[in-house]
Amino acid sequence: MILPCFPHWAGEEGIGEVSTVAITGLERDGMIAAIFSGFLLALLAPTVVRLARRQAGWLLALLPAGLTLYFARLLGPVSAGRTVAVSVPWVPDLGISLSFYLDGLSLLFALLICGVGALVVVYAGSYLKGHPHLGRFYLYLLAFMASMLGLVLADNGLTMFVFWELTGLASFLLIGFEHERESARAAALQALLVTGAGGLALLAGLVLLAQASGSAELSTLLQNGRSLQGHPLYLPILLLVLAGAFTKSAQFPFHFWLPGAMEAPTPVSAYLHSATMVKAGVYLLARLSPVLGGSDAWHYLVVGAGTATMLLGALIALWQADLKRLLAYSTVSTLGALVLLLGLDTVLSVKAATLFLLAHALYKGALFLVAGVVDHETGTRDVTRLGNLARAMPVTALAAGLAALSMAGLPPLLGFINKELLYEAKLQAPRAAVWVTGAGVLANVCLVAVAGTVGLAPFLRRRADLPKKPHEAPPAMLLGPAVLAAMSLLCGLFPETVANSLLSAAVSAVRAQPTVVELKLWHGINPVFALSVLTLAAGAGLFAARDVLRRAGALGDAVGRFGPQRWYQGLLAGLNGLARAQTRLLQHGYLRLYLMTVILTTVGLVGSALLLGGGEVRPMGGLGDVRFHEWVIAALILLGALMAVTTSSRLAAAAALSVIGYGVALIYMLFSAPDLAMTQFAVETLTVILFVLVVYRLPRFAALSGRGARVRDALVALLAGGLMTALVLIATSVPREPHLAAFFAQYSWPLAKGRNVVNVILVDFRALDTLGEITVLGVAAIGVYALLRLRPSSHPR
Amino acid sequence: METILAFVIGGLYAAGLYMLLRRSLVKLVIGLALLGQAANLLIFTLGRLLRGRPPLVPPDAAALAGSSADPVPQALILTAIVIGFGVHAFTIILIKRAYQTVDSDDLDDFRTTDQ
Repeated sequence: MILPCFPHWAGEEGIGEVSTVAITGLERDGMIAAIFSGFLLALLAPTVVRLARRQAGWLLALLPAGLTLYFARLLGPVSAGRTVAVSVPWVPDLGISLSFYLDGLSLLFALLICGVGALVVVYAGSYLKGHPHLGRFYLYLLAFMASMLGLVLADNGLTMFVFWELTGLASFLLIGFEHERESARAAALQALLVTGAGGLALLAGLVLLAQASGSAELSTLLQNGRSLQGHPLYLPILLLVLAGAFTKSAQFPFHFWLPGAMEAPTPVSAYLHSATMVKAGVYLLARLSPVLGGSDAWHYLVVGAGTATMLLGALIALWQADLKRLLAYSTVSTLGALVLLLGLDTVLSVKAATLFLLAHALYKGALFLVAGVVDHETGTRDVTRLGNLARAMPVTALAAGLAALSMAGLPPLLGFINKELLYEAKLQAPRAAVWVTGAGVLANVCLVAVAGTVGLAPFLRRRADLPKKPHEAPPAMLLGPAVLAAMSLLCGLFPETVANSLLSAAVSAVRAQPTVVELKLWHGINPVFALSVLTLAAGAGLFAARDVLRRAGALGDAVGRFGPQRWYQGLLAGLNGLARAQTRLLQHGYLRLYLMTVILTTVGLVGSALLLGGGEVRPMGGLGDVRFHEWVIAALILLGALMAVTTSSRLAAAAALSVIGYGVALIYMLFSAPDLAMTQFAVETLTVILFVLVVYRLPRFAALSGRGARVRDALVALLAGGLMTALVLIATSVPREPHLAAFFAQYSWPLAKGRNVVNVILVDFRALDTLGEITVLGVAAIGVYALLRLRPSSHPR
Repeated sequence: METILAFVIGGLYAAGLYMLLRRSLVKLVIGLALLGQAANLLIFTLGRLLRGRPPLVPPDAAALAGSSADPVPQALILTAIVIGFGVHAFTIILIKRAYQTVDSDDLDDFRTTDQ
């Protein structure tokens, strides 16, 4: 099929439109409704589960099924080259809008998200039948589905980031769903931390990207093409975006969180950790490859990480015994292959990647669901114990067999066409084609063996050692595997339909130019076919030797112990240790050390300001006018202070305090403050009485600190005292203009009819303050009374 | 006189802070009392010192003479003395009660809220 005219990347509906297939306003606005209906249903899910009980899964699946139909209806217009865009202002000041944009790539993902979503929702209803938190499970699962839809449909980079993080959050909640298991909690946290750290890098990358290009809208970015590649920010942007994509899509060295995520219930593994969420990184690479792709840095980083991940995942998968871990590592390998293909950045490689995305979602989703069925019906996922299930579970066996054959790449399944295209793309790689192809063949050989181990051996093997007698699963659990496996077959039989309706548009979106995908089941005998046959033969050999390999796997595990998982644990332990150490250092709980920090900081800041600011000390008036009795009073106060500090008797300290208090009162009296003097005399007397009344109920003075601590504290205290002295000397040497005093001096008598200005201020001009003061005293009195009279009942003392 | 009071204030601050840095509960209270005196005296001195001219309007005048002492710092200190007394009384009773409850006057034993 030849597209008449591929519209340019303009936002609205495509400009220069020739196609006759129209997109109605309803369909455009439907995009926002599609996303937010998922969140709404998520909130309602617990209620639906409570009311509908057994039928809840079927009922809730109506929404994803309906959405699948909605997106399927858009297949026609989109494959004819149209795009759908809709935008709602969100944070206009920051240039953030809730804008959504649908093209071939988004549509492929949206169909997978809703289609697989519907099957998984039905499946989970049966898989988790009777689980006390099924409602909560659906809440998380549907919220994930809506977030993932938002992620692939978002046009604004920051909107996409928000949905990106929401999927991570949903993944965290779903992995930790069995939260009573420590391993589930640890795996959930690990996934959250790894993908969350990558998410932050992505945010930085997207912000830089928006700054460098002047627009946060992805559709505008795509329009500008690769013009950014000479920009000085290009490399930072690339590295940050890749960090986000690689963590989310479990690329080496961040791959380790994905096998851990198998702690989640199996429907979650099938949905999030195989078919959709882990491909968000692949989506991001595909989406941004028209902008960031094609450079040397892109090529080496993306191809390098992809190849390493592909080989590592495939090799480690070989010696796993647990069905889900086998599938998890093979998923890691596939994600690596997808990233590798996008890194190659040729038309053929993008075609292969797009097809692989679809083929993998179909067969791996089916196999994961089958693994869940097997686990559910037999009570074990250990491949060394499973066997002979074909007779008891014929439908499951058929679905598993089809999916496994697709995974292994046998005709007439979609996986076969896919593998041919993969090899073709790798053979035509622009650089190091031989090595890339060799790595691809090696990985695929391993995956053929894995496919046999997962999809064939448990059903056909003669020996079996099962915890319980297997039965065929209920229909709700068979629907998913059966539909997905059937799709693998149908798409393999009618590849042209898939290519025309879905893949051409997706590839065109990734290449940012109209591209036609032609798929055939049979290509004839050529080098690619030879590689396929070689892969199958070698894979069959590995499959036969799988038990030997599994035993040899202990060696691999020993090596793996020094891998990235270990780095993660070390990093986490280091982070926790750092937090603990700095908390111990700063929040030690010793009052006097807090005080010392405050004092030293004040002395340091004020002291340095005084020294640098050139505060000049000019003693005013000198000492000549000081009278003898004033000398005596000053000396008495200082002596009193010394005595209060040094005495070891509580009574002597009280006496010293009153010497100081009366001394200060005398100073008030001598220097024109008779009111202060009178108040001070009264208060000092009261204080002494109070102190003497309770002094023998108080603990004795104990010398608790050592000599060193006392000297240190004395130095700190003297430093602070010296600072205060310097402050007073400086402050009193600066001329002062008492505006306030002039006001009160003038109006005290005419306005308030009072001759004692201090009293007038207190009871008239600032009477409310005095009321507050009286209130404080009242509260203090109540507090004293309460402390003296009331006894807590728990304390019999 | 300001110069002498500057050193008296410094001495009172040093003594008060030194007592605050002790581990003993009773010494903490004495430190607070010393700091209160130091702060009052600081405000008083910053308002300038004048001998024998209290801020009283003479019976035959309508306004205060320009050479009288500043009434504003005095009003502030008067409030501070009274509030200081309230705080002091409350603190004395509080540490008495705390000593009864915790059975220790070592502040290092007051590091957690659990007994």
